[in-house]
Amino acid sequence: MSHIVIIGNGVAGTTCARHIRKRSDADRITVVSGETDHFFSRTALMYIYMGHMKYEHTKPYEDWFWEKNRIELKRGWVKDIDTSGKKLTFDSGEAMSYDKLVLACGSKPNKFGWPGQDLDGVQGLYSYQDLELLEKNTHPPKSRNNRVKRAVLVGGGLIGVELAEMLFTRNIEVTFLVRESKFWGNVLPKEEGELVSRHMRKHHVDLRLEEELDEILPDEQGRVRAVKTKNGEEIECQFVGLTAGVSPNIGWLKETGIAQKRGILVNEFLETNIEDVYAIGDCTQFETPPAGVRPMNQVWYTGRIMGETLAQTLTGNRTAYRPGPWFNSAKFFDVEYQTYGDVLARMPEHVSQFYWEHPDGEKCIKIQFETATGKFLGINTFGIRLRHEVFDQWLKDGKDVQHIVKHLRQANFDPEFYRSHEHEIAEKWNKEFPNMTVSVKKRFLVF
Amino acid sequence: MRILQFAGLGLFLIAFFTFIGSLFMGDYQMTEAVAKEVISDENHQALLLPELAPMIDKTYGNQFAFASDFQSTFERVNQAFKEQQQWDKVIYTDYTFSIVKASSIGYVADHGGRLFFLIFILGPIGALLYILPQLQLLGPAGIKNHHVFHDNEKNRGIIGIAIGTFLILFYIFLYWFEEYITNWTLIVDPLSMAMNGGAASQWFLYGFMYTIAIIVMGIRMLIKYRHNNYQMIRTGSVMFFQTAFAFTIPQVLAAMSLPAPDMKNMWPLDYSFFFDYRLNEMVEAGTIGFFMLGWGIALFAIGVPLFTYLYGKRWYCSWVCGCGGLAETLGDPFRQQSSKKLSAWKIERYLIHGVLVFAVLMTSAVLYTFFTEESQLFNIGSVYVSSFDVRGWYGFAIGAAFAGVVGTGFYPLMGNRVWCRFGCPLAAYLGLVQRFKSRFRITTNGGQCISCGNCSTYCEMGIDVRWYAQRGQNIVRSSCVGCGICSAVCPRGVLKLENGENNDASRMEAPAIILGNEGVTLNV
Repeated sequence: MSHIVIIGNGVAGTTCARHIRKRSDADRITVVSGETDHFFSRTALMYIYMGHMKYEHTKPYEDWFWEKNRIELKRGWVKDIDTSGKKLTFDSGEAMSYDKLVLACGSKPNKFGWPGQDLDGVQGLYSYQDLELLEKNTHPPKSRNNRVKRAVLVGGGLIGVELAEMLFTRNIEVTFLVRESKFWGNVLPKEEGELVSRHMRKHHVDLRLEEELDEILPDEQGRVRAVKTKNGEEIECQFVGLTAGVSPNIGWLKETGIAQKRGILVNEFLETNIEDVYAIGDCTQFETPPAGVRPMNQVWYTGRIMGETLAQTLTGNRTAYRPGPWFNSAKFFDVEYQTYGDVLARMPEHVSQFYWEHPDGEKCIKIQFETATGKFLGINTFGIRLRHEVFDQWLKDGKDVQHIVKHLRQANFDPEFYRSHEHEIAEKWNKEFPNMTVSVKKRFLVF
Repeated sequence: MRILQFAGLGLFLIAFFTFIGSLFMGDYQMTEAVAKEVISDENHQALLLPELAPMIDKTYGNQFAFASDFQSTFERVNQAFKEQQQWDKVIYTDYTFSIVKASSIGYVADHGGRLFFLIFILGPIGALLYILPQLQLLGPAGIKNHHVFHDNEKNRGIIGIAIGTFLILFYIFLYWFEEYITNWTLIVDPLSMAMNGGAASQWFLYGFMYTIAIIVMGIRMLIKYRHNNYQMIRTGSVMFFQTAFAFTIPQVLAAMSLPAPDMKNMWPLDYSFFFDYRLNEMVEAGTIGFFMLGWGIALFAIGVPLFTYLYGKRWYCSWVCGCGGLAETLGDPFRQQSSKKLSAWKIERYLIHGVLVFAVLMTSAVLYTFFTEESQLFNIGSVYVSSFDVRGWYGFAIGAAFAGVVGTGFYPLMGNRVWCRFGCPLAAYLGLVQRFKSRFRITTNGGQCISCGNCSTYCEMGIDVRWYAQRGQNIVRSSCVGCGICSAVCPRGVLKLENGENNDASRMEAPAIILGNEGVTLNV
C-alpha cells in the first residue's frame, strides 16, 4: 500500500483518484485543494453567476461519495514540495508525506504585463475564487443600482464569450477587444469565426476586432475607470475581464526541481523528471508529444483522459497517453459548437475544405480533407449536434470525405423533430465537387 | 415591454384577488322554495324540512355559519334515526354543497357574469400580457434560465411558499370543503350550462381552471422553447389533450346524458374506473358505454405495453396525461426544485411502487365486491373492513391528499412532478415497462460531457442525469418521463432522446469509446 497524494481537485485530479480506487482497494488516496472542499465542474462557474444553478449543483458527486470511496480530502494550499524527502508543506505550516505525487494544479488566467492589470475591478475567470471576486466586482442580480455599466473584455476565446454572456445577465454592456482580425482566430477558420462574431453582435456585444489593449486606467480609488486601446481610444468602463487564454499554474513549483517550461514537462506516461512525481491536466506540457497530440492540452476532456490514464500507471499498468481523435465542444451564447478530428484555422496547402451554412446564418458545417486522397481530416459544426462515437470511428477508420457527406445523417445527434440538413449539404457538396458527387435522400418532413 | 408586463401582472393580481374575494361576497339565505328544490326527494323533504324551519329565511353573513347550521341540523336528524335503529330512514345524500350554492344571495348571485369576466377573462389576459413580451425580453431564442436561482418564486422564497400554500388550501377546499367554495361554482354556472346543460360542480370549476392554466402556461412554454421542435410539439400535445379530451369532450358527453369520462385518463391513475357506479353507468349506456369500457381496459392493457415499448413512457406522461400536462406547463418554473439525492431515489422507489400495489389490491377488492356482491373483506379485531372502506382510504390518501394536495401544492418546494415521481401508480406501471422492455433511452454523446450539471438540475424527476452522461452511459430509468429538457439545456449537445433497438446490452452499457483513451480498456 502506498499513499498517493494528488494536488488539485479538478477534473484531472479527481478522475485520477476515482480510477485509482476503482482498480486498487489498498492504496491510500488524498486529494488536496486550496480552492474548494469538493470537486465541482469548473466549466459550470458561468451558470452559477447567471443563476441557472447553485454551487452545489455543479458538484458531480454528493458529499458522502468521498468517504464512501475512501478518498481523503485535504483543504489547503501546498507551499513547498520536498521531492527527496517525499514531503509536502502547506502554507499553514502543516506537513504531509507521500509515496507518489500527482500534480493536477490546473491553470491561471494569462496576464501579459499590461499596465493596470492588477487594479481593482480587473480580473480573469478560472477558479471559484475568481467567481467570488466577480460577484464582488459587479453588482447583484436584478440590482437597481448598476455599479458597472460597461465591461471591457480583453482577448477573444471561450472564456471571453462566456464572461460576456454572464455580464449581460446583470445588464452590463460589453466591449470585446480582439487582437486578431476574426474571433478565436487561432482555432476557428474564417467562416466560423464570422458566424460567431455575427452571433455575438446579435446579442449586442460591442465586438472590436483588430483592437488591442494598451493600458488600463485607474480612478482616484485605484479602481478601473477606463481602458486605452492601441489606437488611442479611451473606453470608459467599470470592469475589465482578462480572457486572453490561460497558462499552467506552476509558478509555485519553481524551487522544487521538477522540470518545467511553459508547463510541467512530462513524457507520454505523464511522468515528470523526478521519480514518483507525475503531472496531469492543464498544468502539463509534453516534452515530445505523442503522435496527434498537442504539446499543451487545456480542455476538460484531456484532463479527464489524463486522469484515467495515469490511474492505470499508478495501479501497476503503465499506460501511455493515447487520447484518440481530437474532439471538443463549446457554446457561444445560443449557438453550440462541436468539432471532431482536426480542422485547422490556417489550412495547409495539401488540404481542401467544404463549407455549408444555413440561410439563417446560425448553423454551419465545415469539413476538411486531404486534397490528393480525399481522406477526411476533421469537421466543425455550429448549431448541429453530431454523434461522437460515429465520428470517432470514421476518423479511426480513415474514411474518405465522400463517405462523411453521404452518411452524415447517421451521425446526427439533434433532438427529435429538428429539421435536418443533410440533403442541402450534399446538394452544395455536389455543386462544388462535381467529380466526387454523393446521393443523399431528402427526409420527408421532419422524419 | 416592461410596462406591458407590469400591466399584465396588475390585471392578473386583480383577477386573483377578486377570485379570492368572491368567496366572501354576498350573504346566504335559504328560502323554502330553495330547500324544496335542492332536497328534491320527497321523503327527505318530509324528514328534513321541519327541522330546517329555524334556518328558513334567516340571513347568514358567510357560508361557514350557514353550512355549519345546515350540517348540524342534518346530523341531528340522522343521529336520531341511527339511535332508533331506523336505518332505512337515514339520509345518505349530502345536500350541503347544493343548498349552500342555491342559498347564496347578493353580488355573486346577481353579477356572476361580471365576475366571470373579471376573473376568468381578464386574469388569463393579464397572465398572457406578462408572458408574451418575453418573446422580446428574453432575447434571441435559446436556453434562458437566467436568475432561476436568484428568484424568490422559483427558489423557495416567500413568493414560492405563498404559491404553494395557496395551492394546498385550494386543494383542501376542493376535495373536502367544497361547500365553502360554492360562490366560485356560481360564477362558472353559465359556462357549465352552455357546455353540459347542468349547473357547475366544484369539478367543473376545477377542470375549467386546470385547462386555462395549461393553455396559458403552455404558451409560456412555447415561447421559452421556441427554438426546440420537440418541446413545441410536446407542449402542443398536452394543451390539446387537456382542452379536448379532459375538458370539452366530457362536457359534450354529459350534455348527451352519456357517461362522461376523460377518455385519455386510464386505470390505475383513474382509480375509480372499476368502481361499481362507473361500471354500471357504462353498462347501462349501451354500445357507447361498452366502447368506453373496452377502450379504458385496452388503454392500460394493450396501449401501455405497446406504446411504452415503442416510445417509452413519455408517450403518456409528457405528451398526453393531464397531471403531466399541468406539471409541464404550470409547474415548469419549479422543475429545478426536485431532489437529486440518492436518498430521495430510495424513498421514491418504495413509495411509488407501494402505491401501485395499493391501487391493484384496492381495485381487486372493489371488483370482488362487484362480482360477488360480498363487501366484507377481513376483520381487524372486531371491526370488519369492506371494500368500500378500502376504496375510501385510497380515495382519501392517494386520490386526494397525495395527488392533489401534495402533488400540486408542493410544486414550489419539491418540483413539479412530486405526484408523478413519488405517487402515481400509472407512472409506476409505465416505468416498469420502460425499464425492462422498451426501445426508449436517452443516449449520451461519447466523451462530450463536461459534468456541468444543467441536465440533473433541470430534471423534474430528480434523475441525476449527469451521473450517466459523464460516464457515457445511456439513461434507462423507470422514472424518466421523456420531457426532453435535459437534452435542451445541455450546452455541449450530449443528450438525445431516442427509440432504438431493444437490445439490453447496447441500451444500458457504457461504451468504452467514451473514455477516449485507446490505451485503456475500462471495465466501467
